[in-house]
Amino acid sequence: MKRIGSFEELKARHERLAPLLALRNTEENDPQTRDILVCGGTGCQASESEQLVKNLNSVLREHGLEREVRAQITGCFGFCEKGPIVKVHPDNVFYVEVKADDAREIIERHVLEGAPVERLLFEEPSVNARVQRQSDISFYGKQMRIALRNCGFINPESIEEYLANQGYQALGTALTDMTPEEVCLLIKESGLRGRGGGGFPTGVKWDIARAQAADQKYIICNADEGDPGAFMDRAIMEGDPHSVIEAMAIGGYAIGASKGLVYIRAEYPLAIQRLETALEQARNCGLLGANILGRGFGFDIEIKLGAGAFVCGEETALIRSMEGKRGEPTTKPPFPAEKGYWGKPSNVNNVETLANIPSIVLRGAGWYRGIGTEKSKGTKVFALAGKISNVGLVEVPLGTTLREIIYDIGGGIRNGRRFKAVQTGGPSGGCIPARFLDTPIDFESLSAIGSMMGSGGMIVLSEDDCMVNLAKFYLEFTMDESCGKCTSCRVGSKRMHEILERITQGKGVPEDMATLRTLAATIKDTALCGLGQTAPNPVLSTLEYFEDEYMAHVNEGRCPAGACTSLLQYSIAADRCVGCSLCARACPSGAISGTPKSLFRIDADVCTKCGECVDKCKFAAIASA
Amino acid sequence: MTTVNITIDNKVTAVPPGTTILEAAQGLGIGIPTLCHLDLHTMEVKNQPASCRVCVVEVEGRRNLAPACATPVAEGMVVKSHSPRVLVARKAVLELLLSDHPRDCLVCAKSGQCGLQDLAEKFGLREVRFQGTISTYPKDHSPAIVRDMDKCIMCRRCETMCNQVQGCKVLTGVNRGFDSVVAPPYDLPLGETVCTNCGQCVAVCPVGALMEKDQTAEVLAALADPEKVVVVQTAPAVRAALGEPFGMEPGTLVTGKMVSALRELGFDHVFDTNFTADLTIMEEGSELLDRLNRHLAGDESVKLPILTSCCPAWVKFFEHQFPDLLHLPSTAKSPQQMFGAVAKSFFAETIGIPREKMVVVSIMPCLAKKFEAARPEFAVGGNPDVDYVLSTRELARMIRGANIDFATLADGEFDQPLGESTGAAVIFGATGGVLEAAVRTACEVATGRELPRIDFQELRGVEGVRSATVKVGEVELKVGVVHKLGNARTLMERIRAGEEEFHAIEVMSCPGGCIGGGGQPYHQGREELLEMRTAALYRDDCGKPLRKSHENPHIQELYRTFLGEPLGEKAHELLHTHYQARPGL
Repeated sequence: MKRIGSFEELKARHERLAPLLALRNTEENDPQTRDILVCGGTGCQASESEQLVKNLNSVLREHGLEREVRAQITGCFGFCEKGPIVKVHPDNVFYVEVKADDAREIIERHVLEGAPVERLLFEEPSVNARVQRQSDISFYGKQMRIALRNCGFINPESIEEYLANQGYQALGTALTDMTPEEVCLLIKESGLRGRGGGGFPTGVKWDIARAQAADQKYIICNADEGDPGAFMDRAIMEGDPHSVIEAMAIGGYAIGASKGLVYIRAEYPLAIQRLETALEQARNCGLLGANILGRGFGFDIEIKLGAGAFVCGEETALIRSMEGKRGEPTTKPPFPAEKGYWGKPSNVNNVETLANIPSIVLRGAGWYRGIGTEKSKGTKVFALAGKISNVGLVEVPLGTTLREIIYDIGGGIRNGRRFKAVQTGGPSGGCIPARFLDTPIDFESLSAIGSMMGSGGMIVLSEDDCMVNLAKFYLEFTMDESCGKCTSCRVGSKRMHEILERITQGKGVPEDMATLRTLAATIKDTALCGLGQTAPNPVLSTLEYFEDEYMAHVNEGRCPAGACTSLLQYSIAADRCVGCSLCARACPSGAISGTPKSLFRIDADVCTKCGECVDKCKFAAIASA
Repeated sequence: MTTVNITIDNKVTAVPPGTTILEAAQGLGIGIPTLCHLDLHTMEVKNQPASCRVCVVEVEGRRNLAPACATPVAEGMVVKSHSPRVLVARKAVLELLLSDHPRDCLVCAKSGQCGLQDLAEKFGLREVRFQGTISTYPKDHSPAIVRDMDKCIMCRRCETMCNQVQGCKVLTGVNRGFDSVVAPPYDLPLGETVCTNCGQCVAVCPVGALMEKDQTAEVLAALADPEKVVVVQTAPAVRAALGEPFGMEPGTLVTGKMVSALRELGFDHVFDTNFTADLTIMEEGSELLDRLNRHLAGDESVKLPILTSCCPAWVKFFEHQFPDLLHLPSTAKSPQQMFGAVAKSFFAETIGIPREKMVVVSIMPCLAKKFEAARPEFAVGGNPDVDYVLSTRELARMIRGANIDFATLADGEFDQPLGESTGAAVIFGATGGVLEAAVRTACEVATGRELPRIDFQELRGVEGVRSATVKVGEVELKVGVVHKLGNARTLMERIRAGEEEFHAIEVMSCPGGCIGGGGQPYHQGREELLEMRTAALYRDDCGKPLRKSHENPHIQELYRTFLGEPLGEKAHELLHTHYQARPGL
């Protein structure tokens, strides 16, 4: 693509490319032609979405339609529960769980005959019927996409489509019409706060870095996303890499950095590949490199691969890792803004934070401030997981309540089970019980109820989940991911985990709760970095809201959720057992014995509590307690 | 200069910006306990990972506690160093450390000198509330050092010494979380790495995780064997530090008491490595003059600078790191090995026993000497010239174990003939000393005239790299003095690149030279200790009637009756060695 030498040229290029998105920007019920988008995110690719695209295009070729209609990949639609997703424009038909073999039917029935494939439409529970349009699906009803605006809308591997959707115009605006101070001020006024977990005001952070005098500064994109279950950053980089690049260039201009670095875990190969493609495209267009848009500002970006350590999401550890050192946090101050990468002032922003920047520059601070709550502006992407019906990525205005996210968007608890709690903020966050479901979510409100925003992980728990076990799960994660540097985290998290392990095995003692609290307080007060300081949160919040579950394990040797297998006892009810021997034959550990046509018995010492016998018994004679 | 005003425990002070809370508190006389912290002022190296969390303090307005060692002061900062919140936290942190520690203090070699034990006592710990898995690792025995990582508290001091001071880069943190530990690359045994055995890691380890390989039992067995004649030699730096474990002021010279103690322990002949230090000067000094003269005469096969080869850690370091420059170091053996060679030839003949009946024990400030003594080239038919090497610390343990009241011992005298030495020999123990001793002799030998001065102040000091120009006869000799291997690496790289030119360079691995050796009473980074020991050696030199090696009458006698000429055939056979290239990783 030809180099773009000025903001004027950029605007002209946009005008010229805008038709690329014409079909996606209009809605027409009986169109002449179509534009097909298939989710090309990591999850849907695992379900053969790449093959699906190939099949769609080959059927189109068969029918000589390859000029008029094209199927191509796009970024994540967020509705991962129902992937792979196919969206057909301009009639706005949204297909779910599409298989590679469904391609022919989609082309021949829908594109050729104009009749959408009924069986691939989403069955919307609220109306108990299959619905055709994305906007009819309640999962999308309360969402507002800013960071994810291009995901599911443009082809992430096409800079043309990005430019067609006003791409790089924010950079052009900043370089042409604004001073670096004004850019910082704009971001400050927008109220944008760091989406990686800390919630620090981004504009303030930029301004601090801007004020540093140095021969070299760096803007660093933290793409080390490590919270279990969270994948919004991956989705953005896979679905809209140019947004991140554009935002970094704007940030570089604002703070006076000529170099950007993306620290991304090697476990994200697709995101890395899309980012590399996008960087190459941006360089070729002159949107990276020397004298961008003829404004005398030079900027380029280098990708640094991480080996996948949770702690490397902590900015000082991230910087050390980028320098080739062991990924360990260092004491702050000095903050990276003063002494960062190779001792130079460095500004670290998370992917999702950056993805908001271009929209803010184009639409203004006032627009952004209008979204959200008093202290938390804009939207936030959450990764919904756990016992929820609609697993996926959702972006909602801050201030949306947990209930709206879990029930209206998430479709409530899977299999009609009862809601018990929602875990937010990943391993650093906490568990929120049902009584706080109507809490409008923002940075402050979540902290107030013992959890945190974190990077936006949201794990929904049902009555089948044991809260002690859950706390143990998270602590195991932080324990394993601790860098091992400071005593509090290295040894403290291990000791806490050992106690939780004991409790879930029914070997807890009443003093354990007090010891857990002592350990938690010590770690919070003395650990070196954010990972350590927040590691006890899942334990503290479950102790706060679900102490009765801890007590049941310790005092009664009972797991109220029936999830801690060590505490389960399987037995065969004499009045129901007919002696068919199915259970004994199914038991993988040989724990069940008996004579046919008489009562069978389970040897508790041998039983591994796998539950196979329960599933096999036709008479519901086996139960756990 | 601008200052920052801060209040610690209601005491107000003004300190320069960049000062840590710990330093400001120390200035006010407020004690804050530390464990991982290590501040080597003159080396400009700090180990301040702030990882142990023992030094946490309360800072007004701050959410959590702050590590005093790594938190810079800020204007108006108000600090509480011993509030109940602080004390409760420190105690819990200490209990966490102890919960992953073997707690076998009764049989730990570090008992009584252990930073962790000391804190437990200070904090009045009577129980460890937190219990659980204790990390265990296989013990790693190198020829000089024993690593018992069960005891490691991840303070990372060893890492700082190994990487930042010594530039050896053998030790680093590995693994994550509870499994984190300091280890050599690929978890290789230390003995299979580029470790130089300098022992600076041991010198700063606050616990018993890094210790010398203890050979006191073997020495006791030799002393108990009536068939053996046990000969002992004592290195120059030992006499300036051996008093410390017995409560004597650092820098007290205890030569006489040391001799008496060794005699009481049952050594048959108590000799002095200083004697062979003088001998080293005869050989190395002659080699210097020889190379210099040939070089000046245009012999291109002669390469300069000549590098000293007394320090066994340095020798192993250049074998690993500069295998292409093995022609530069002097071929002269170290004083320890010269002693072994002379004792098991000349002295064994003198007293009429075969070398196999003689056991040579060295008392060294050094751990690398253990490795040096075990080099195969320093043995005859499998019988080593030096059988056992004890560090200063091991000797102190033997003396204490024998219930000898060291402080009240009368001064003894070394046995002869291998006990006589000059002032030039004793300063071998301090950085610059070997070169000074060599210059004293080389000047007189080269010119045949008496030196107008004996003290070469320009070669002394604490800077890591020093250089001077000394006139030897008609020649302006450019000499360099380096201590700490990190500095040596930098200088050698410059020499290799042709950016520096010297005629002679002295290299000592340890800070301050042998007085800061890895076998000395633990310096734990207290550099003032090194200065006091150094001063003692120079005092000793000053007080000696003879201060030039070539004036040592027993050395002259040895050449006359046994060795022949310096660099002669016999001298070459007994007193010189060769080097081998070793892998760089």
